Amino acid sequence: MATINFSVNGTSHAIDTDPLRRLLDILREDLKLTGVKEGCGEGECGACSVLKNGILVNSCMIPIGTCEGTEIITPEGLRETVQGKAIIDAYGESGAVQCGFCTPGMMMATEALLRKNPSPSEGEAREALSGNLCRCTGYDMIIDGVLKAAERGKGLW
Amino acid sequence: MNKKISTSIKRVDAGIKTGGAARYIGDIPFDGLLYGKIVRSSRARATIKSVSVPALPEGYYYIDAKDIPSGGRNRIEMIKDDWPVFADEQVRFIGETLGLLVGPDRKELNRLRDEVQVEYEDLTPVFSIEESEALKGGPIHGEDNTYADYRLKKGDPDAAFAKAARVIEDTVRTGFQEHIYMEPQGVVARTEDDGKLGIFFSGQCPFYVRHAVSATMGVPEDQVRVQQAVTGGAFGGKEHYPDVISTPLAVAARKIGKPIGLFFDRVEDISFTPKRHPSVTRFKTALDEEGNILGMDIDVRIDAGAYESCSMVVLQRAIFSVNSVYNIPNVKIRGRAFATNNVPSDAYRGFGAPQGLFAIEAHMSHLARAIKVDELKLKQQYLLKQGDVTVTNGRIHEEVKLPEIIQRIDEMSGYSKKLKEYTPGSWKGVGVSLFNHGSGFTGNGEQEIIKGVVKMRKRADGLVDLLVSNVEMGQGLQTTFRKIAAMVLELPVDSVVYNDPNTDLVPDSGPTCASRSIAVVGYLVQEAAKKLKDRWKESDIVEVRQQYEPPEGLIPWDQANLQGDAYPSYGWGANVIEVEVDPLTYEVTTKGIWAVHDVGVAIDEKVVEGQVDGGIIQALGYGSLEKLEVKEGRFQQKTMADYTIPTTMDFPKIKSALVDNPYEYGPFGAKGAGELVFDGAAAAFADAVQMAINGDVKQIPVTPEYIMEVREDGNN
Ligand code: FES
Ligand code: FES
Repeated sequence: MATINFSVNGTSHAIDTDPLRRLLDILREDLKLTGVKEGCGEGECGACSVLKNGILVNSCMIPIGTCEGTEIITPEGLRETVQGKAIIDAYGESGAVQCGFCTPGMMMATEALLRKNPSPSEGEAREALSGNLCRCTGYDMIIDGVLKAAERGKGLW
Repeated sequence: MNKKISTSIKRVDAGIKTGGAARYIGDIPFDGLLYGKIVRSSRARATIKSVSVPALPEGYYYIDAKDIPSGGRNRIEMIKDDWPVFADEQVRFIGETLGLLVGPDRKELNRLRDEVQVEYEDLTPVFSIEESEALKGGPIHGEDNTYADYRLKKGDPDAAFAKAARVIEDTVRTGFQEHIYMEPQGVVARTEDDGKLGIFFSGQCPFYVRHAVSATMGVPEDQVRVQQAVTGGAFGGKEHYPDVISTPLAVAARKIGKPIGLFFDRVEDISFTPKRHPSVTRFKTALDEEGNILGMDIDVRIDAGAYESCSMVVLQRAIFSVNSVYNIPNVKIRGRAFATNNVPSDAYRGFGAPQGLFAIEAHMSHLARAIKVDELKLKQQYLLKQGDVTVTNGRIHEEVKLPEIIQRIDEMSGYSKKLKEYTPGSWKGVGVSLFNHGSGFTGNGEQEIIKGVVKMRKRADGLVDLLVSNVEMGQGLQTTFRKIAAMVLELPVDSVVYNDPNTDLVPDSGPTCASRSIAVVGYLVQEAAKKLKDRWKESDIVEVRQQYEPPEGLIPWDQANLQGDAYPSYGWGANVIEVEVDPLTYEVTTKGIWAVHDVGVAIDEKVVEGQVDGGIIQALGYGSLEKLEVKEGRFQQKTMADYTIPTTMDFPKIKSALVDNPYEYGPFGAKGAGELVFDGAAAAFADAVQMAINGDVKQIPVTPEYIMEVREDGNN
């Protein structure tokens, strides 16, 4: 057992737990942040994507012990921001959402991309989302959503 | 085109899903939830001698067939009921359910599961269609290992073969495909306050689950209440399989008296849930001196796995699809579904049609190569037209717009031009496929088995309840159904209330499958809305009901002989794919993807385009990347790292268009779309590769290893 101090969506937490537990489980089970999804549990699908100190990570691959002092943003946090709202709107208009299970992770990957590169090309958007799998959409409309968010949200990132 | 209905609106579920607020089955809190873990067979075919369960800690339980209440049955009542809830006496595949461990801690459940000792007496298993047909180890099912053995005949094939100047033989194979719905299987069962058994699940068919659970428990159907949760993809993989896991879970929940959740992780899901049926199709085609097709003799065999479940219906669709859009004058077809000791095969988007359609497209392209004619010209010579006879001696009742579809796709893709420009074998290729897909259940299933009902209610607050059992699973039904009702009623879309179905609150409008939701149930929604509109002023609360009736003018279906109109209407399409093959590594790069479809009328253009994009990419996975091998009854690919589905980087942007062709008995003229859009891409891809390498491609997936084989064969 260890006490882990970290912040999630701007709120500080001190959690006593086994440091080997996955960040994904801490978020979903302990903090009830179920916007973070488990699609594979092995770092392949990106459904569990969150930002850890601003960097896109698969929370299923992160032991909570490595999160001491970090800032985590989940879909629940991002959706409250202007940037998150811009992405949600752009996804909706582009038809980027079908079953939706991959989508919160896609939104996180989009945010991570736009922070680094606020006006990506189609190729750059494809590359940035290549770690996030979607079985429904064939990706074209998700990529449209990313480009639309960048265009509409100019100046936000 | 009915512009008004086709004009896209923002999907009603987009915002809540993107932000992570939508609640899938694993996101719903249940007080005091216990977990279930399935104890599975490690043998493919064996007699169970004994099962010994370790001493269980306080609060842990082991549930098996002995716990099924009296009056219940140890059978999962799906289309067939041969699959037991808990294996009894024998196991027929690796992963079959022996029992269920239940308790509060999942790690502890895994430990306990590993300690269950099972003593088996092994029997000789069969793992392929060939071994099954040879009855290796004695039959698993019946006397000849076939769950179904069908024969169809159109025209006079024997006379055609007697006249033939030449007969060309060809064998085409397709592999397993795993659904990879992004959300793995999950179900929760509990006893509700009113004493009913409550089932919450991710899936397609709430009334299938209700039926299966009530039969296992030996209680009337209305004592089971099934609630669908937001569903993270299904593609047929959640059509019957939720029955397989909700039945043992219901037994456990009743016995233990606490809510229990059964959630698969990805490895368990890939390893033990059903797949698309592998197929082997052998053609013999009779040609005259000029190369005209006189007749075909076709033998279709599919690997149905350890239990039949719905395989005979899959086989029906496969054999009805094996002449696709072509009017071959004289045909005989035999189709067989074989029992093996592999994981049972089951529904997957297209339900047998993709296998049949791939086979005929590959064969037509091989014929064209063999007799050295232009492939598309050969195909165009035999296109079905309105009034033509199908392989079940039914008719095509609608106008067939394939000529327009072909012209459109040629303009969009430059197919004919590229065909002239690229030399076969120059590592560049362009391929084409044509296809159709019957909407709704096969034969008389809609009127004899399903008998779908829709209800609609005007509420005192002015909103309208749309009461149907069909589910949103990503395909956009929450949006399209509301649009249909709202447009008829001339109300805003958000005044139509359509919740994830609960079997206590909605009538049985049938399952969400078979491209029937829009084509069949959507029409009932439209008709119900018309009724409600007529009666709107009657009172504050008005409820209407609409039941399915078959369209007029069909040739009646004879189920015993599979004769008549198999489907009232079809969607139609063409795909063109352009590739480059690396001459050293045989890696294929897809350079362009084009698609034109006739889905009647699009209820929402963006929703249909989303289906087109997703269907094509899933089919390109099937055709190129998604290799799933079975060895001794175990899938060799168990993770998403081993079984690779397309990513954002694998394929370029798709260019697609729709051809308008309103269908009289579809809502606003719409026909089914969800499966049609899966049907053509694998064949167009394989066709493009065979031009690039100038060798016949006879199987999917077309991997670099397979391309090497074709090249080496060609050089010998
Ligand atoms: S669940 Fe973490 S990458 Fe798939
Ligand atoms: S929308 Fe279903 S997996 Fe992406």
